[in-house]
Parts: sequence; structure tokens; C-alpha cells
Amino acid sequence: LPATVLLKDMKLMDVKLGQLPSWLAMRDFTPGGIVGAIRRGYDRYYNKYINVRKGGIGGISMVLAGYVVISYIWSYSHIKHDRRRKYH
Amino acid sequence: MLSRLVLRAAPAALRALPPPPVAVGVLHATRQLHTTQQSLAPLPPLPEKGGEVRHGLIPEEFFQFLYPKTGVTGPYMLGTGLVLYLLSKEIYVVNHETVAAACILTVIIYAVKRFGPDVAAFADKLNEEKLAKALAVKNEAIESLQAAIEEEKKEQWRVEGRSYLFDAKRNNVAMLLEASYRERLMMVYNEVKKRLDYQVAMQALKRQKEQDHMIQWVEKNVVQSITPQQQKESIAKCILDLKALSKGAHATV
Repeated sequence: LPATVLLKDMKLMDVKLGQLPSWLAMRDFTPGGIVGAIRRGYDRYYNKYINVRKGGIGGISMVLAGYVVISYIWSYSHIKHDRRRKYH
Repeated sequence: MLSRLVLRAAPAALRALPPPPVAVGVLHATRQLHTTQQSLAPLPPLPEKGGEVRHGLIPEEFFQFLYPKTGVTGPYMLGTGLVLYLLSKEIYVVNHETVAAACILTVIIYAVKRFGPDVAAFADKLNEEKLAKALAVKNEAIESLQAAIEEEKKEQWRVEGRSYLFDAKRNNVAMLLEASYRERLMMVYNEVKKRLDYQVAMQALKRQKEQDHMIQWVEKNVVQSITPQQQKESIAKCILDLKALSKGAHATV
């Protein structure tokens, strides 16, 4: 039977929707914690898609696609002016 | 403009990223070592294939996540709906950049589809060569060590024959000793014989000298004692004997 895990140790996908705010409040937001979180995410992605014997195009193409999306979001205030209709 | 941004930012991003592995799995240099307490040695081998990605953009887990509720077409309907929403609300604006993006994407997709397998084969070949070199080094080391083991065993076998070697040497030495002993014995015998021979020769010489001397003395005395008177008498007697003998001889002939 599953051991009762503390709220702050549960993974995001196991947290119920109502517990989300309290779960978020419990996370480690110190600079060290943030850097640790980024490093963990990087390691997960790296070890899953890139650090393999026969990697595919998906490894970098996903990163590039994410970069394209982020750069579009950052330059949306510019692109707004190219819209064809004023009211949607 | 967006495409120019992408293109300009791409090299910087690529440099910042880990080296792109387009079907290259040769990233041992940048691989992080285990930093946790339990470091396994030897390290586990690299996984064969990475996570599945569909259409090169969306991980397979997303499709599996939506499969129970919406089946196979779920994610595609979601995608279509999203695209229509973005277009109709002009969250995604269609301008000159869209055309540029379309052209670039076409070229990129064509290049990947056409040259992907060749690049993959080439990279795999490089990897194979590296592995083969490492394996060769390892095998060579193993073989040399085994040869060393054989040599060692032979030496151990040779050590067993040590007793025979020492027996032979001991025999040699004993023979030398014996030979020199006999030599000296011979020398002693010869020396003693020489001395004894000398003594014998001395005695013989002395006796001979005595004998000679005595004979000479006796002869000399006899000759001296023969007076001239006796000499005449003896000569006359001899002549008479001779005449008698000759008469006798004439008679027989």
C-alpha cells in the first residue's frame, strides 16, 4: 500500500488541484533552490533526449521550437501592429 | 523578422546548448558524473534510444496522456483547434515572417528527411571506431596480462627443477674434489717412489763399486804375487800341455 508522502515531497502530477496553492507555497524558492530546480530539469531533459546512443532530431528540435515560441511571445508587442483586423 | 531573430539567435543558442547530437551519441565528455552518494562503478551503459518524439516536436508521452480519454485523434484535434484559435484571434499574426518561416521550414524538413540517415550512419561509424579503439586497448591489456601469467607459470615450473640443478652441481663438485684428491695421491706416490729408487740405486752403486774395487784389488795382488820365476814355470807347463794336446788332436784326425 502506498506510503503517505508529505505534501512537499510529492511530485507535481500527483498533487490534487485543490492542494496546488499550498504545494506551490511549500516549494523552495531560495536562489539555491531555483538553481537546483533548473539543474534538475536540465538533467532530466538531457539524459532523456540527448545523452543516448542513437539520438534523434527531437532532442534539439524541441528546444529550438521552444525558443521560437518564447521569442515570439517576447516580441508580440511588436507584431501586434501587423494584425489585419482590429476587432476579433 | 521573427525568422531573422531565430536565425541570428540560433548560433548563440546552439553554442549554449550541449553539442547537438543529430543522431550522434558521442557526448561522454559533457556527461555529468554521479554526484550522489551512491556512485555506481562501472557506470551503467548509455540507453540505446532517446525518448520518443512524434513529428520531431511533441513527445510521445503527451499522446499517451490523452489516449484514454480521446483515443488516437485526440491530440490532433486539440492541435487543430489550437491553431484555429490562434489564427482567428490573431494571437499568431500572419505577416511576411510567416512566409519566410514556411520556406525555411520546408527546406529544413527536406534536408533532415533526405540527409538524416546518412549523417546518422556517419556518426555511428565514428562512435564505433572510438569504441573499437577502446576495446582494442582493453583486449591488448588482457592479452599481455595473460601472456605474463603464462610466463609466470613457466617460471614456477622451472623452479621445481631447481633440485635437479643443485644435485648436478653437487655431483660436479664432488667429482672435482675426487679428481684433485687422486691427483695428489698420485703425486705423493711418485715422489715416494723416486726417493726409494734413489736409495736403491745408491745401494746398488755402492755394492758395485765395492765389488769392482775388490776385484781390482784382488787382481792387482795376484799379478803382484806372480814372480818372474812362477811365470816361466807356468809358460813351460802350458807349452807341454799344448804339445800333448796337439798330439792328441793329430791322433784323432
